[in-house]
Amino acid sequence: MSASPSPYLAEESEFNLSEDVVTKITEMAAVFPQRNSALIPALHLIQDQFGWVPPPAIKQLAQLLKTTPNKIYGVLTFYTMFNLKPVGKYHIQVCRNVSCSLLGAKHIIEHLSKKLKIQPGETTKDNKFTLSLVECLGACGTAPVMMINDTYYENLDAKKVDGILKSLQ
Amino acid sequence: MIQEKKMLTRHVGVSGMEKIDNYERDGGYIGLKKMIEKSPQDFVEEVKKSFLRGRGGAGFPTGFKWGFLPKEKNKPFYLVCNADEGEPGTFKDRVIMEHDPLLLIEGMTIAAYATRADLGFIYIRGEFKWIAEILERAIENARAANYLGKNILGKEFDFDILVMRGAGAYICGEETALIESLEGKRGTPRVRPPFPANAGLYGCPTIVNNVETFGCLPFIAKQGAGTFKLMGTFQAAGTKLYGISGHVNRPGVYEFPMGTNLKDMILYAAGGVRNGKKLKAAIPGGISAPILKADEIDIAMDFDSCIKANTMLGSGGIIVMDEDTSIPEVAEAAINFFVHESCGQCIPCREGLMKIQQLLKMLTSGKGKREDLDAILQISNNINGATLCPLGDAGALSIQAMINKFPEEFEALLN
Repeated sequence: MSASPSPYLAEESEFNLSEDVVTKITEMAAVFPQRNSALIPALHLIQDQFGWVPPPAIKQLAQLLKTTPNKIYGVLTFYTMFNLKPVGKYHIQVCRNVSCSLLGAKHIIEHLSKKLKIQPGETTKDNKFTLSLVECLGACGTAPVMMINDTYYENLDAKKVDGILKSLQ
Repeated sequence: MIQEKKMLTRHVGVSGMEKIDNYERDGGYIGLKKMIEKSPQDFVEEVKKSFLRGRGGAGFPTGFKWGFLPKEKNKPFYLVCNADEGEPGTFKDRVIMEHDPLLLIEGMTIAAYATRADLGFIYIRGEFKWIAEILERAIENARAANYLGKNILGKEFDFDILVMRGAGAYICGEETALIESLEGKRGTPRVRPPFPANAGLYGCPTIVNNVETFGCLPFIAKQGAGTFKLMGTFQAAGTKLYGISGHVNRPGVYEFPMGTNLKDMILYAAGGVRNGKKLKAAIPGGISAPILKADEIDIAMDFDSCIKANTMLGSGGIIVMDEDTSIPEVAEAAINFFVHESCGQCIPCREGLMKIQQLLKMLTSGKGKREDLDAILQISNNINGATLCPLGDAGALSIQAMINKFPEEFEALLN
């Protein structure tokens, strides 16, 4: 990921879609009965490549799917999983909904905040961790729960969180 | 005592169920083979007779939903599996998809034959990436064995399934919002009519069913509506997956005949309230369902009994709260969720829920007055029934129930 202070001003070449991503998007656009259905899967692929969805990538995607960047932006901003700005190497998303709250999500969030010295919504100075709060992750039976990048961590307590953070150093 | 009845969850803990031979060895695909010998219409009638009702929350009879498809076929028909499990308290569909993916795929193939669908989609919530990968592998296996693809089982029947991951929007669990999302748009519910059975995905006739609903079909195809009806209640047959979470000793997903007693499930299946505490309240069907007090939980968990108790079965996501729980805090977590997930299309939902959120925050921060509490009840009345989809109602009525059933807790916060 770019360490550039303002990614919106970064060189476009920094955000070229990889060949692999372009091929996959083109394939998907052909598999779905209508090309536009490939939009959300394509945004996932772009986020997998960059960790977020950078504006230059939106332009390239618009060309691939024969649509406009504005239309893509409208869809992109509806869905909370897509990051509109860069996140840390590890994106920690903690569930704060009812079942998790009942079993101490608040303590988990406070603990993470204290350990990482950031508030929810912020990224550590070394760009390693971003802390976000999310609504239900669909794992209420193993609450409290958090997700780091694509992986679920369940039945959390402060000690377990410490262990997980340590493993990510 | 109550006994679990394992129809959908019998392969939990068994590995390798995405492989065709393992699935076949345990009776897999017998249902499809039996059903495909009959006409599609015969199976639609069989499902009508089975009293199978939609497991996504609304409880609409599945066979009748299929019956709304046009008789004439001059456009492609689509079949969609709603796997956008996101209602807080709900974590049941993932159990089928993780442990028995071919059960879902066989169920969808059976449904595709009955509804004359050309192509199927599984719309799964974006966070379940590893489960989407399990499904992809299982679909690949089914294709290799010609259970998907062209001329399935040597018949003139073509069907395939595509998996699409959502991207973090609860509203996409609503069927028309889901269809919008499948079309690559913002997930905003559509005005009905037309209903999806007439004009759904890409404007074509579309059936949307829940994962658990599809999961019931191989059993009905194999053993018939009569055997299916032996489980559950007269008006809602079969088993149901109940997810129990919150302050219980053994949280998890349990499968019981439809209509099993809520109190028994909390007590025996989930081992009762943890740490020896007393029960204060339970939400029976995901946070959209109005809350029940401890003395109201002696009810049968099926669609009609829950309505009689002024709540709803919803997704069967049971959230249990012990005596130390603050109901206003639960209300705050609930309203934060609904405000966050409102698509913003209907003003009563978008503005009304936000106003309730502000007023609740005033209360919990000790600055609220009696008028604020009254205003919450009034606004929730006004939201009810005034929106395109049930999200607004769910937010309004769940908060209203918390205030009506635990008024003393909210009054104690008044300034």
